[in-house]
Amino acid sequence: MSRIIKYVMFDILRNRFVIGYCLFIMLITFGLLGLEEGSSKSTLSLLNIVLLVVPLISVVFATIHFYNSYEFMELLLSQPVRRSTIIYSEYFGVSCSLSFAFAIGMGVPLIFLNQGLVSVYLLLSGIVLTFVFVSIALLGAVNSKDKARGIGTSLLLWFFFTAIYDGLVLLIMFSFSDYPIEKYLLAFISLNPIDLARVAILLQMDTAVLMGYTGAVFSEFFNSWEGLIFASGLLLLWAILPMLLTVRIFKRKDL
Amino acid sequence: MISVHNLHKSFGKLKVLDDVNVTLEAGQVVALIGPNGSGKTTFIRSILGMVKPEQGSILYNGQEILKAWKYRENIGYMPQLAKFPERIQVKELLDMMKDIRKNNKVDNIDEELIELFDLKKIYQKRTGTLSGGTKQKVSAALTFLFNPNVLILDEPTTGLDPVSAEILKNKITKEQSKQKLVLITSHILSDIEEVASHVMYLHEGKMQFVKSIEQLKMETQEVSLNKAIVKIMQQEIK
Repeated sequence: MSRIIKYVMFDILRNRFVIGYCLFIMLITFGLLGLEEGSSKSTLSLLNIVLLVVPLISVVFATIHFYNSYEFMELLLSQPVRRSTIIYSEYFGVSCSLSFAFAIGMGVPLIFLNQGLVSVYLLLSGIVLTFVFVSIALLGAVNSKDKARGIGTSLLLWFFFTAIYDGLVLLIMFSFSDYPIEKYLLAFISLNPIDLARVAILLQMDTAVLMGYTGAVFSEFFNSWEGLIFASGLLLLWAILPMLLTVRIFKRKDL
Repeated sequence: MISVHNLHKSFGKLKVLDDVNVTLEAGQVVALIGPNGSGKTTFIRSILGMVKPEQGSILYNGQEILKAWKYRENIGYMPQLAKFPERIQVKELLDMMKDIRKNNKVDNIDEELIELFDLKKIYQKRTGTLSGGTKQKVSAALTFLFNPNVLILDEPTTGLDPVSAEILKNKITKEQSKQKLVLITSHILSDIEEVASHVMYLHEGKMQFVKSIEQLKMETQEVSLNKAIVKIMQQEIK
């Protein structure tokens, strides 16, 4: 498999998109860290980049790359190569290059300007979110032969997790505000990888105090070891499960 | 060498392969013919595992291949339209395929077509910039590169100039003499007459017959394959 991952990454590097992505993140990170005085304020802005830009780029790039590698996959299919090897190589090739670009782009400025535990959390969640959203994007792409539909599905999924889901959670919070629903809210948030990453990072910062009673429930949960392991485990599941489903579909598909 | 039993495949409501049974032996050059949409390419792609049939089995040297993958190191496949990753150079493409097939012994590599088609001249060109015919040449060279026991060629001569087509046909005959199985689809009956030993006829997903060319000519009492086939096709319609 490593042989084929090598060729996928080789192809991505030629594309130069990933290099541009790395520079873009680096520029923004330097800019934000330089502009804003308080570290907590700039960390919040960086958090938004991790939570919005990273999933978006991962989703769009993975989908487009999948469709553009169709010829390559077809070529490989007539060779003595397992189908699962082909799709896993695509997954690891794309998510490793993207998360590598992200880690360098955001990591270098953070090392210089903002060392600390929160920075480590930011980097880790960015990397995990890359894997999660590449996995989700491939699931969308493998299900439709039509490029436009595939990209549309992926974008919709991104939009769902970044905006629609939060709206639904707010609606529920609002309608049931008279009841003690914090525990259920915790369950709801666990089902969304972006929320999971957001809460985990927010609780490492002083701003968690502003979150009131809910914040207290969360911080009790997320700051304990079990909570942290639970959250990381769920995020990993988000990276693994859609991919397993993708492999299953890809293996049975006519190509 | 390859035997197919009760193969069924449909795309939605359309039945593309309907109970195909056939056994192909080493040393044969089998021409797979039939009207457009008769399931020729689907049949070929089922053998390669690219299309998953609903029912039936395909055996390569007695081994079921529908869920296997290793048998493909014995197959060279030239698709109807050659598709390669666009940004890669011809030389890199060939090296990549060699790398991926590393388990094949290096001394088993057959670069005759690379020489005959003079492909070294275009080694540094990107595959995306090649013309359709040149792509076909690269694809043909790639098909024969690993000296496979089975060659599957889907309309190999379309897009090739007469000289290159001749080179390819000679190569096919040469491989046949090495006791290989060649499965070839084509609509150009004169090409088939030159290289094929057997004809397999598919019609609307149903296998009509596999016969040697001599037998076909004898049964229809025609001298040329062309007329013999036309005669059979007309009988089908009646």
